[in-house]
Amino acid sequence: MTTMYTPDHEWINIEDHEAATVGITHHAQDALGDVVFVELPEVGRSFKKGEVAGVVESVKAAADLFMPVHGEIVEVNEALRADPSLANSDPLGNGWFFKVHISESGMAEFDQLMDGPAYDKLLKTA
Amino acid sequence: MSEAALRQTPLHALHLELGAKMVEFAGYEMPVSYPAGILAEHRHCRESAALFDVSHMGQGRLVGPDAARALESLVPVDVVDLTPGRQRYAFFTNAAGGILDDLMITRREDDLLLIVNAANKAADLQHLQTQLAHRCIIQPLPERALLALQGPKAAAALMKLAPALARLTFMTGAAATIAGAACYATRSGYTGEDGFEISVPVEQAVALAKALLALPEVRPAGLGARDTLRLEAGLCLHGHDINANTTPIEAGLGWAIQKVRRPGGARAGGYPGAKTIEAQLANGVATKRVGLVGLEHVPVREGATIVDAKGHRLGQVTSGTLGPSVGKPIAMAYLAANHALPNHEVYAEVRGKRQPMRVAPMPFHPHRYFRG
Repeated sequence: MTTMYTPDHEWINIEDHEAATVGITHHAQDALGDVVFVELPEVGRSFKKGEVAGVVESVKAAADLFMPVHGEIVEVNEALRADPSLANSDPLGNGWFFKVHISESGMAEFDQLMDGPAYDKLLKTA
Repeated sequence: MSEAALRQTPLHALHLELGAKMVEFAGYEMPVSYPAGILAEHRHCRESAALFDVSHMGQGRLVGPDAARALESLVPVDVVDLTPGRQRYAFFTNAAGGILDDLMITRREDDLLLIVNAANKAADLQHLQTQLAHRCIIQPLPERALLALQGPKAAAALMKLAPALARLTFMTGAAATIAGAACYATRSGYTGEDGFEISVPVEQAVALAKALLALPEVRPAGLGARDTLRLEAGLCLHGHDINANTTPIEAGLGWAIQKVRRPGGARAGGYPGAKTIEAQLANGVATKRVGLVGLEHVPVREGATIVDAKGHRLGQVTSGTLGPSVGKPIAMAYLAANHALPNHEVYAEVRGKRQPMRVAPMPFHPHRYFRG
């Protein structure tokens, strides 16, 4: 599995080991509604798993964006900053939030996340 | 509150059929948005016509020769001189001059029609019964639903079903048969746009809503869009921008107190809190409700603290969002009067950072009422 999911409805893809991509799930964007603003982390900053790395705001409310695994921010999605609606229209693609260089301990954390079927199950039971 | 305890409006099944996202609001399960989403619903209202279910709001009537005078003992507004078919904005005040609720009063041929906020309707009814039961008949109207059709094309759309309503101008009302239902419509609303609020018998509410939604101009809109629309229009939401601790003068609603109810007027005072409100009219107030426009793109929401350049607290935001039509963060806040000045720059604290904002006139988006 190259894509894993968090209970906070974020996904992380490690196809590129040096720069794993993080975004919010389709469920998350649907629950939020129209995304109108994102606050993205600073490139170069490290976060532990569970730390607030950014904010995603819809018309109605602001939600924290949690770091899914320990790592360092290596890139943020400037296109998303310019057009936050990408988080709604293409949450698993062009609506990604940031890329992370995952630490060693972060890799162990990654393995503990939910895979696709496990996440689908969470959505069904929620 | 558990979901089982939530009340439903007569349109509940229709909302589900339309794919609405339902949320709790004032004890009701209400549509916050439909599949189009809040932004699209907001824009559709600004460009065409949006249909809102506002049946959760309280409707009631006061009947009797003394009803208008009796109601004036609870509101600082001229009710007595309202001629039949005319509507007026009002508020129930408490002994300290605070706003218990805001409401719409329409003088009809045989009664006064009152529309109050959903969250306050039980308390308002209690207040009316306690204070006025000896002077007039107080009749709640739970057998009626309320629909709001709002937007620049609302009139053209509604005329297809009820041509007689074309003669209505802003803040007037008339009885009309719409899609076979005996309705009472007023040309008013909560969006800043031209439009109508239609009181309809509960059993015909779904048929009327479907008839309106069948018109090409009309699409459904939920409470999410209603909130962004009213905020852009600079209209207060009770429980947020006004409450029992804010007076009409602090809230900038002094315009709703007619001359005849002010000192020197023929029916001056005589409502709860008159002494406080009259003193504030004469001497000004220490804090005022203002509009704020963000200079950055960060939304500023209810509860955010407003500070000056040195970080001294000036007040608090009572409503805020990114205005979909304005394209900027907009908010209402109460500020110390010496900072409540046009173009005055202040800062909103959002997640530990200071976001610059400017005191701005309201409405944030121009009203487009039909005044004839």
